Amino acid sequence: MEAFQNLGFWGTLLVTVVLSALPMVFILLYALVTIYLEMKVAAHVQDRLAYMRTGWHGVLQPIADFIKLLQKEDIISVAADRKLFILAPYIVFIGTYGGYAAIPFSSIFIGANIDLGAFFIVAVSSLVVVGILMAGWASNNKWSIFGAVRSAAQMISYEVPTVLAMIVGVMITGSLNLQDVVKFQAGGIQDWVVFGGPLPLLQKLLISPFTIVTFLILFVASLAEVNRTPFDLPEAESELVQGFFTEYSGMRWALFYVAEYANMFLVSAVAVSFFLGGWGSPFGSALSGPIWGFFWFVMKGMVLIFLQIWLRWTLPRLRVDQLMYTSWKVLTPFLFVCILGVGLILVL
Amino acid sequence: MSAVTTYFNNIWLALSSIAIGMRITIKHLFVKSVTTQYPDAKLKMPERARNRLYVNIDDCIGCDQCAMACPVDCITIETIKSTPDQDLGTTSTGQKKKLHVSQFDIDIAKCCYCGLCVPPCPTDCIVMTDVYEFSEFDRRNLIYNFSIMTPQDIEQAGQKLKKAEEEAAAKKAVAAAGAAAAKAAAAQAPSQAPPAAPAPAGGTQTQPPSTPASDAPGQAGKP
Repeated sequence: MEAFQNLGFWGTLLVTVVLSALPMVFILLYALVTIYLEMKVAAHVQDRLAYMRTGWHGVLQPIADFIKLLQKEDIISVAADRKLFILAPYIVFIGTYGGYAAIPFSSIFIGANIDLGAFFIVAVSSLVVVGILMAGWASNNKWSIFGAVRSAAQMISYEVPTVLAMIVGVMITGSLNLQDVVKFQAGGIQDWVVFGGPLPLLQKLLISPFTIVTFLILFVASLAEVNRTPFDLPEAESELVQGFFTEYSGMRWALFYVAEYANMFLVSAVAVSFFLGGWGSPFGSALSGPIWGFFWFVMKGMVLIFLQIWLRWTLPRLRVDQLMYTSWKVLTPFLFVCILGVGLILVL
Repeated sequence: MSAVTTYFNNIWLALSSIAIGMRITIKHLFVKSVTTQYPDAKLKMPERARNRLYVNIDDCIGCDQCAMACPVDCITIETIKSTPDQDLGTTSTGQKKKLHVSQFDIDIAKCCYCGLCVPPCPTDCIVMTDVYEFSEFDRRNLIYNFSIMTPQDIEQAGQKLKKAEEEAAAKKAVAAAGAAAAKAAAAQAPSQAPPAAPAPAGGTQTQPPSTPASDAPGQAGKP
């Protein structure tokens, strides 16, 4: 990014547009792959085959789905609040996409190298709550409103464990800038924060339990952020049709769907950057470099995505009071203990 | 103290049951799928599967039992009596056929595949096969015509029957006239033969119309 300083207004504008469109391309490709992966993993976990006819073993199915959604009729119910209804998917997507600006995809590519990277991501992804509330309210449908209100409560409650878990990472690495956090962990798998970071062995052994617990809690909280099972009450397919996006069809629905997958990757990326070494190779300096960095980053992200898909097809849904209980009475106290523990060990 | 213990017990329970569940799920990820890739692979039908009906028209004696048994009235049968001089042959079970089957239509779209038409058939000519792939583009193609009589055959058989019936009616009229004359003669001389033998069953000399063969003996035990 530093190389493009002397291009004048139009040059800088063009470069900015192109560079900010790159994560978009990544999201679209990743969404196609993940939709296929989810479909196939879901099917094989249930001892069945998924699509086999569109392309070899159904690899062209996501593209077929996309084309189908493109040509659907755009239905907006008469009693719906038109402006909010149309605006809601865009706000949800913007809230998710904005977070991609601060994710380090590789050692040479980070959209915006801001010193408050993690804080920025948390703040911008809270826009998603606003978008969901808009979608639920504007649909003028009682199931949508239920879904939207539950989703708002869930997302706000689980912001607290997410932020506290990030604080543990920040305490060890000393920076909110995600690029610095990842560079701190360069040096192989033993330097990853989940195993205690690049500290002397004794401190590492003492810190490791706390960081492993924190990583797991961050993963669980991020499941809740993206409305995935077991926290998918807002969508709750068996109860609320499709929750807050019941009334959406065609491309608007596709936008919500892609936004959900983008959000999945965003929270996985944050967890990977803080705890699993970001774009760093697990072998230290072997197999590392800008392109390798991108490869490792995407691989680690996909491992977490696979875990999310695996959990979706294993667990039943939590009730709304169980959800709140988990967030406020289980995750948050454990994180307080972890923060205390990590702080003590770092100071001593 | 027990509230704290319960709290930690709950957490432990949650985590361990999640772990058990995840182990089951990941195991199933590697189990072979049970889907049958129709139409490349088809499931084998059981031995007594009830699918499309088939009628062996050479064995059909036109008794109408299957049409009467059908709960949705999908079988339509029309028969023409044959005259004694015609030989329609015998069925494979040894029965002599006495009726031309001029129409035997099954509307397979109406058929409910209950199989109630199969047991009443005396010659086992209607059966349920294991064919289940018989979709058509036009609904009219789902009315199966099993009769093999051409319109000329039907016309001929009809003519023959009409002629035979006319002849029989003529004979009957002649016999009746003769019996009436005999009766009149007998009435004229009542004293001559008081114990008049009861008038012979005069009008019954004409040949009775051929009866349907459903009363043939030995059919009651057919399954």
